[in-house]
Amino acid sequence: MIQKPSDAYSRRKFLGIAGAAAGIMVLASSCDKDDDSMMPNEGVDLGSGDVGILNYAYALEQLEAAFYTKVAESPYSGITASETALLTDIRDHEIAHREFFKTALGNAAITNLEFNFSSIDFGSRNSVLATAKAFEDLGVSAYNGAGKLITTPDYLTLAGKIVSVEARHAAYIRDLINNGSFADNTVIDSNGLDTSRMPAEVLAIAAGFVKTKINASNLPR
Amino acid sequence: MQFQHIFNEIKKVDPELPERLSDRRTAMKSFAGIGAKIGLAAMPFLIGSIFKKAYAQSGPSQGVVLDVLNYALTLEYLEAEFYAMGIAKGTALVPAGAPANAIKTIGDHETAHVNFLKTAITAAGATPVAKPAFDFTAGGAFADVFTNYATFLAVAQTFEDTGVRAYKGRAAEITGGGDVLTAALNIHSVEARHAAHIRSMRKANNFGNVKPWITGKESGIGAVVQASYDGEELSTQAGVTIVNINGTNISAAAATEAFDEGLTKEQVLAIVGPFIVQ
Repeated sequence: MIQKPSDAYSRRKFLGIAGAAAGIMVLASSCDKDDDSMMPNEGVDLGSGDVGILNYAYALEQLEAAFYTKVAESPYSGITASETALLTDIRDHEIAHREFFKTALGNAAITNLEFNFSSIDFGSRNSVLATAKAFEDLGVSAYNGAGKLITTPDYLTLAGKIVSVEARHAAYIRDLINNGSFADNTVIDSNGLDTSRMPAEVLAIAAGFVKTKINASNLPR
Repeated sequence: MQFQHIFNEIKKVDPELPERLSDRRTAMKSFAGIGAKIGLAAMPFLIGSIFKKAYAQSGPSQGVVLDVLNYALTLEYLEAEFYAMGIAKGTALVPAGAPANAIKTIGDHETAHVNFLKTAITAAGATPVAKPAFDFTAGGAFADVFTNYATFLAVAQTFEDTGVRAYKGRAAEITGGGDVLTAALNIHSVEARHAAHIRSMRKANNFGNVKPWITGKESGIGAVVQASYDGEELSTQAGVTIVNINGTNISAAAATEAFDEGLTKEQVLAIVGPFIVQ
């Protein structure tokens, strides 16, 4: 149904997961009839439960790390020393996040994803920063939306440790594009709340940059 | 999503479903109330919360949720009043243009957070905590907080970074909290955006050599605010060493910057204590 019992056992054993509540799994399968069309069923399987959410985060960190690695390799024209330093910092943060998830997930981790950045002009400040802004805001909304799907308190704390750093990145990138737009009304609503997105929406937005097909159909929702 | 269909499907495998739901009636009522009052939860999400409450192995109790929300409200009162008083000083304190606009953006968010949390707590059938009386000089430690732009931004940075750590430190307590958790997370990341911008303002004015993110446990301010930064130097996460992880060149500085750290309720209350008139 969600995953093979032996598979589930080894994953839980590795991460010390108590296991998803049976009711949630039943609920998820009950929703399949209505929601399957929204979730791609082929490709790299993120898995289910908390492992699925951690793999989902791992996929997004792979995307960000790959992007900033290219930015650092081929700096846009007119880049300042300060921008070089801080964009390199961001690259290192995203690599740290990626490698953390890879190590924490162990043999439950998804494979290395392939990306398609052909729509980005890495020589252009505007193109690079617009993409960075989209990725950072997307990352913040992804962690914010996934929080309620996590059942293990320690994993929620870990996601919290990362999402605020993504928000700091988002603010910095936004200010580089337009100083003062760090938390403007395109991302923050009238209650002063940031954006949150569920995995299906996030992966649909990211899909334009991800060559590898991702199967998120087993994620909690 | 068809509610009755799901309900019937689950009843097939769990005949005790109605009882489970009934056991959690109080919590469900409050969640429904929050949704109705502030339009937080669209129906499908609300249903999700209800089932999550019914089946969660260790979902937060009503008491814990309210305690976290009131704790958050106290911190938002602090921030909202701080910016309101700073803005009231006009250009004598914050230069016109981009600086004043940024402070207004942040202040407006903090006021919105206060109103949002008060509404949520009220909708859950409880009474929001009252706003304390504040002393933003912290008993004289920041005597010129509303006359010296550098001091004002230093206190702002400390409040924002502490706010981020405060929400983060208590998020785990409301694991499985559905839309309430989402709302808290959506405030948490806004505080981080604020913190990043205030830090950039301090750097641009040569008030402190700080980046938008926190390096080690450095505040760029001084010992007086150190308690708000202690613990940020952590470079091991869930037993995983981040420095040079998996053959990468992740420096000690980057390893600490890449993960923000939480603070406990006790730590935060000790930090904000001097700003509250007893």
